[in-house]
Amino acid sequence: MGEILVLVDHVDGAVRKPTLELLTLARRIGEPSAVFLGKGADAATETLGRYGAQKIYVVDAAEVDEYLVVPKADALAQVAGAVNPAAILVPSSPDGREVGARVAVRLGSGLITDAVDVVAGENGPETEQSVFAATYQVRAHVTKGTPIITVKPNAATPEEAPATPAVESVAVKFSAAATGTKVVSRAPREKSDRPELTEADIVVSGGRGVNGAENFVVIERVADALGAAVGASRAAVDAGWYPHSHQVGQTGTQVSPQLYIAAGISGAIQHRAGMQTSKTIVAINKDEDAPIFDLVDYGVVGDLFKVLPQLEEEINKRK
Amino acid sequence: MKIVVCVKYVPDATADRGFNEDGTTDRESVDSLLSELDEYAIEQALQIVESGVEAEITYLTVGPDDATDALRKALAMGGDNAVHVNDDDIQGTDALGTSLILAKAIEANGYDLVICGMASTDGGMGVVPAMLAERLGVPQVTYLDEVKVEGGVVKGRREGDTATEQVEASLPAVISVTDRTGEARFPSFKGIMAARKKPLESKDLDDLGIDSDEVGLSAAWSTVDAATARPARTKGEVVTDEGEGGVQLATFLAAKKFI
Repeated sequence: MGEILVLVDHVDGAVRKPTLELLTLARRIGEPSAVFLGKGADAATETLGRYGAQKIYVVDAAEVDEYLVVPKADALAQVAGAVNPAAILVPSSPDGREVGARVAVRLGSGLITDAVDVVAGENGPETEQSVFAATYQVRAHVTKGTPIITVKPNAATPEEAPATPAVESVAVKFSAAATGTKVVSRAPREKSDRPELTEADIVVSGGRGVNGAENFVVIERVADALGAAVGASRAAVDAGWYPHSHQVGQTGTQVSPQLYIAAGISGAIQHRAGMQTSKTIVAINKDEDAPIFDLVDYGVVGDLFKVLPQLEEEINKRK
Repeated sequence: MKIVVCVKYVPDATADRGFNEDGTTDRESVDSLLSELDEYAIEQALQIVESGVEAEITYLTVGPDDATDALRKALAMGGDNAVHVNDDDIQGTDALGTSLILAKAIEANGYDLVICGMASTDGGMGVVPAMLAERLGVPQVTYLDEVKVEGGVVKGRREGDTATEQVEASLPAVISVTDRTGEARFPSFKGIMAARKKPLESKDLDDLGIDSDEVGLSAAWSTVDAATARPARTKGEVVTDEGEGGVQLATFLAAKKFI
């Protein structure tokens, strides 16, 4: 089995869930090796090993944090050049897809973005993508070079496969371009006790019908009763009612939870593109003709300010 | 200075899009238009000039005959001229090939700043700006929610993976902007009339010194094995709230074991 490089997504060594999904997928197509860039590798070793990393390549260089994308691409391309992997998996995040893009050009390799599944195929890894606002499923594979695949969060359920990884420190020779774009400052997003949007099993979202930032508490209370993440439509975000990091849609986050509850969201294409692969969809909307109702497994035509508090009370009663 | 804005002519995202038998995007049975996400790139180029930066704005597209529609719309919003790379051998080109064509055309035109949208509304990969920067060998300042050009430096705010980042680079550079940079203007009637007279140059692969076997479907580095329409979701039960809507919904969620 060939070596599969997995680019680790982490914050100072705290490994984020998509990486565990990537390691799980990597085991289907080869032997996973983690590529850890930046500070905190020691803190990450145990977790990466628990999810099956056989090796960890560590590039502990300040450039990775101080400059945008290129140092990461340099590091990943250099490790790939040295170990000649069977495939490279990276998270479908802004940084991940751009690192993948640059490494693809550099290695002369095909690139597939936003895979929602990866399996072993006759011609190497086969991917599944959800395209055209999730109206089509596309199966594809890379035909040239080392397949580079960016994988969306929630593409797999992380499964443990404990290994004791060999840790290898790699000294990267950075390109002249590496220091081209300086990251002048970095403001971490506000921490919340709620699950992350991309990782949550249940998402409760509010839209134009919520009608004000102060009213989002109605959405949040139902989310908390269900242990869900909170989402928002572009209309609600553009109006400044909820932070952009919570935007569900084509240009925000694309989610695929077990349950998606849309409240006060009409269901424009921009929103549908971000949620219509959810397993179960529920909507509450005043307008019985809202296009969102075409997608639902269950819908309530009504005032969200009456339906949601009643729902919340009922959930708490039944717990 | 020279600003090049890359735009794409795409099948209308609100129509029923689909695929050809060879796995390429069906561009025939659906009307196409300027990708909505590129309008934000055009808007930012125009605002940079309006902020006092002296610049010539060139729009660049790679696409079939009709793709001039996208360029004319861009020119109607403002800017100076346009380049259309059009060649029968381009059909089916992937992002890697497209970035090669764009890079050659941008080099031929000359540039200080290249502005792209965050992604196309059809392929939606969002990788061409990074590939362009890689090929041109200049900094990438991408996924910007806010842009400013001042004294030969481009600065902006990027919603990164885990943090909000302030990023900057010296020109020349490639940037991409999101739909959060601000509403794009509508072309005025005067703008539409003026656009008809603005220069629009057509180029083929030969003009750019690109070998036809470097691009097109046969040169793509990945291949689609199957494209299947996802079965339309079957509309489930929709009830009207008559005072018990929340309870009814809870009963549904409980039956599905979410409660």
